[in-house]
Amino acid sequence: MDALMPREDRGGPAQPLLLAQGLRKHFPVPGGLLGRSGKVVRAVDDLSLSVAKGETLGVVGESGCGKSTVARLLIRLIKPDRGTMVLDGDPVDEPHGITINELRRQVQMVFQDSYASLNPRLTIAETLAFAPRAHGLPASEARARVRDLLDKVGLDPENYAGRYPHELSGGQRQRVNIARALALRPRLIILDEAVSALDKSVEAQVLNMLVDLKTELGLTYIFISHDLNVVQYLSDRVLVMYLGKIVELGSVEAIYGNPQHPYTRALLSARPSMEPRRRTKEAPIQGDPPNPIDPPSGCRFRTRCPFAEDVCARVEPPLADTGAQAVACHMRVAGSGHSKAAAP
Amino acid sequence: MSDLLQVRDLHVKFVTPDRTVNAVNGVSFDVKRGETLGILGESGSGKSVTLRSILRLHPEHRTRWGGSIKLEGDEILTMGRSALSDLRGQRVAMIFQEPATAFDPVFTIGHQIAETVRRHTGKGEADSWKRARELLEMVRIPSPAQRLKAYPHEMSGGMRQRAMIALALSCNPALLLADEPTTALDATVQIQVLLLIRELQREFNVGVIFVTHDIGVAVEVSDRIGVMYAGKIVELAPVEQMVDAPRHPYSRGLLASTVHDGMRGQRLEAIPGAPPDLAEVPTGCSFAPRCKFVQPSCVARPPDLRDVGGSHLVRCVLADALEASVAA
Ligand SMILES: Nc1ncnc2c1ncn2[C@@H]1O[C@H](COP(=O)(O)OP(=O)(O)OP(=O)(O)O)[C@@H](O)[C@H]1O
Ligand SMILES: Nc1ncnc2c1ncn2[C@@H]1O[C@H](COP(=O)(O)OP(=O)(O)OP(=O)(O)O)[C@@H](O)[C@H]1O
Ligand code: SF4
Ligand code: SF4
Ligand SMILES: [Mg+2]
Ligand SMILES: [Mg+2]
Repeated sequence: MDALMPREDRGGPAQPLLLAQGLRKHFPVPGGLLGRSGKVVRAVDDLSLSVAKGETLGVVGESGCGKSTVARLLIRLIKPDRGTMVLDGDPVDEPHGITINELRRQVQMVFQDSYASLNPRLTIAETLAFAPRAHGLPASEARARVRDLLDKVGLDPENYAGRYPHELSGGQRQRVNIARALALRPRLIILDEAVSALDKSVEAQVLNMLVDLKTELGLTYIFISHDLNVVQYLSDRVLVMYLGKIVELGSVEAIYGNPQHPYTRALLSARPSMEPRRRTKEAPIQGDPPNPIDPPSGCRFRTRCPFAEDVCARVEPPLADTGAQAVACHMRVAGSGHSKAAAP
Repeated sequence: MSDLLQVRDLHVKFVTPDRTVNAVNGVSFDVKRGETLGILGESGSGKSVTLRSILRLHPEHRTRWGGSIKLEGDEILTMGRSALSDLRGQRVAMIFQEPATAFDPVFTIGHQIAETVRRHTGKGEADSWKRARELLEMVRIPSPAQRLKAYPHEMSGGMRQRAMIALALSCNPALLLADEPTTALDATVQIQVLLLIRELQREFNVGVIFVTHDIGVAVEVSDRIGVMYAGKIVELAPVEQMVDAPRHPYSRGLLASTVHDGMRGQRLEAIPGAPPDLAEVPTGCSFAPRCKFVQPSCVARPPDLRDVGGSHLVRCVLADALEASVAA
């Protein structure tokens, strides 16, 4: 198998590109006797998702809700405590499936910090040629690929190939990071706050480029961001997380046009108004997100939810399909015992 | 409302053996009591340097100053040591993105606020603590009596930010300087803190300068907005004017390239290129290399900040011609 050719589509357009089932990651909390407190951060708890071929799946949620942990689990930078993954029909890291190395070739990641992710001692050309060379591409072909990659991300190869990271602006460095993610011709790119550190005028350039690359190369994106407007702009479907759990998942139209979960609603109406004559009068919810070390029992949002009732503290709401979207809230589960729920 | 602060033709240049940074290149604005001036600009445009100049917080030996900053008539740039410490301790307060820098980690929140109150008002121990408690209540910290005993690291980000606002207001300042105070906060917490600042500003009748790179945030808090680019204010207008009818090509570009509701599927109007290097003193319009309207007069000399009517100032040779064209 030539590791440098684009991977063939295997299961056809209807087969999800990536399926994750019951992913869990708990981090031990240092401290206490012998440096082990016995407590854990429940960063990601039994999370399942699927990514369709050619779509952009947006992931939103507040700081610490587990977005980056999900990303790192999906490319196996960290090992899940539990859960399985399937890439275009092939189980990952299982006897009859594909290896983690193969997963990491087909799924690439771009991080927020454009500087830290580039080796300061390598020129841009050396950085971009590194992985293709390691996969056995001859030097002359690697040079051609570097030129092609720089062209693709809008950097003139003549001008940029020989530069070092510190000789680039933040926007240019992020273009290089994207070029590097493309170097092995992946199918899925996970963008974790990839435009968040950029100035707005530069962010717009990079967003336009991401849209173009996706069409040109037939890519699939997972786009993680705390910027709800940018997620709305790019995504086909959106996943909303709160304290390690999915609270709502649906089409971008459903999530932004008709949000069902009280947290999604709060998050959307917490966006600053762009209309000076209609400024926000009241914050949609009070207080800070609770500590993920000891998340609230039952529904993790209950400590800030204006609709919380007894059942919310006792029973964890399942992620239930409501038609246009899936929602984890007792108000949407018939017969849950919540006064606003339909009769069973 | 009378002018509380007057900044005139402020220049700030940092000079070190290996490089020079022309960080602020002729900034002028006023702030009235009870008013919020938002300063909007991208990274490196000189927002923080401008703000910190008001407290003269730059390293003395390598900072070159020009122009004037007057608070209630007193010139800050030539102020003596004791007047300066008075200014910093009582007349002007500052809040930042990272509240950790405002608090000493080894003392409780209550101790630090009460101490500031005591120093400022000469109140006794008990009264100072009482005032500290009132301040925590005012910034909506739940169970304030217990929180007085908390150390900074024992509070969540949002709580620390509120406590920093309480500390800033404890000396009853005339002017509050806010440098991206909500940037590190989560969306649902950010909006709470923005509303709090808006409310306290009215209650205490302080002047506020609020620096941010987020247009939405600037719109939520500001009465007027000044847009900075390469160390200059390129446009200054009442918030409604700025949103409805921005005139400067850079302000328009910034608004057009900021993604918001309803832009899905459209191509974004990005501004090409990147901001200029601040090593050189600009000889023409600093935006010229990125501006689609550029013409010879733009680069001949730096354009002036001109009043185009309705307290709307624009630094562009085409300020009048661009009026008729559709807003970005
Ligand atoms: N290696 C680790 N060891 C211990 N705890 C961790 C580790 N990585 C993440 N965490 C914790 O797991 C939780 C989820 O973190 P994660 O980085 O996934 O959040 P996030 O949603 O990406 O947040 P942000 O928006 O701030 O990037 C947090 O409480 C974090 O402190
Ligand atoms: N003490 C200093 N010595 C030398 N250069 C400085 C100093 N402080 C700031 N600068 C430079 O001055 C310029 C303006 O910086 P400033 O911090 O005002 O930007 P800003 O608009 O606040 O940006 P950001 O949004 O990134 O905070 C930058 O090029 C910065 O590197
Ligand atoms: S399950 Fe209960 S607490 Fe959770 S979001 Fe629904 S109503 Fe609120
Ligand atoms: S002065 Fe000229 S270059 Fe500068 S913004 Fe106006 S039109 Fe553009
Ligand atoms: Mg993250
Ligand atoms: Mg700054």
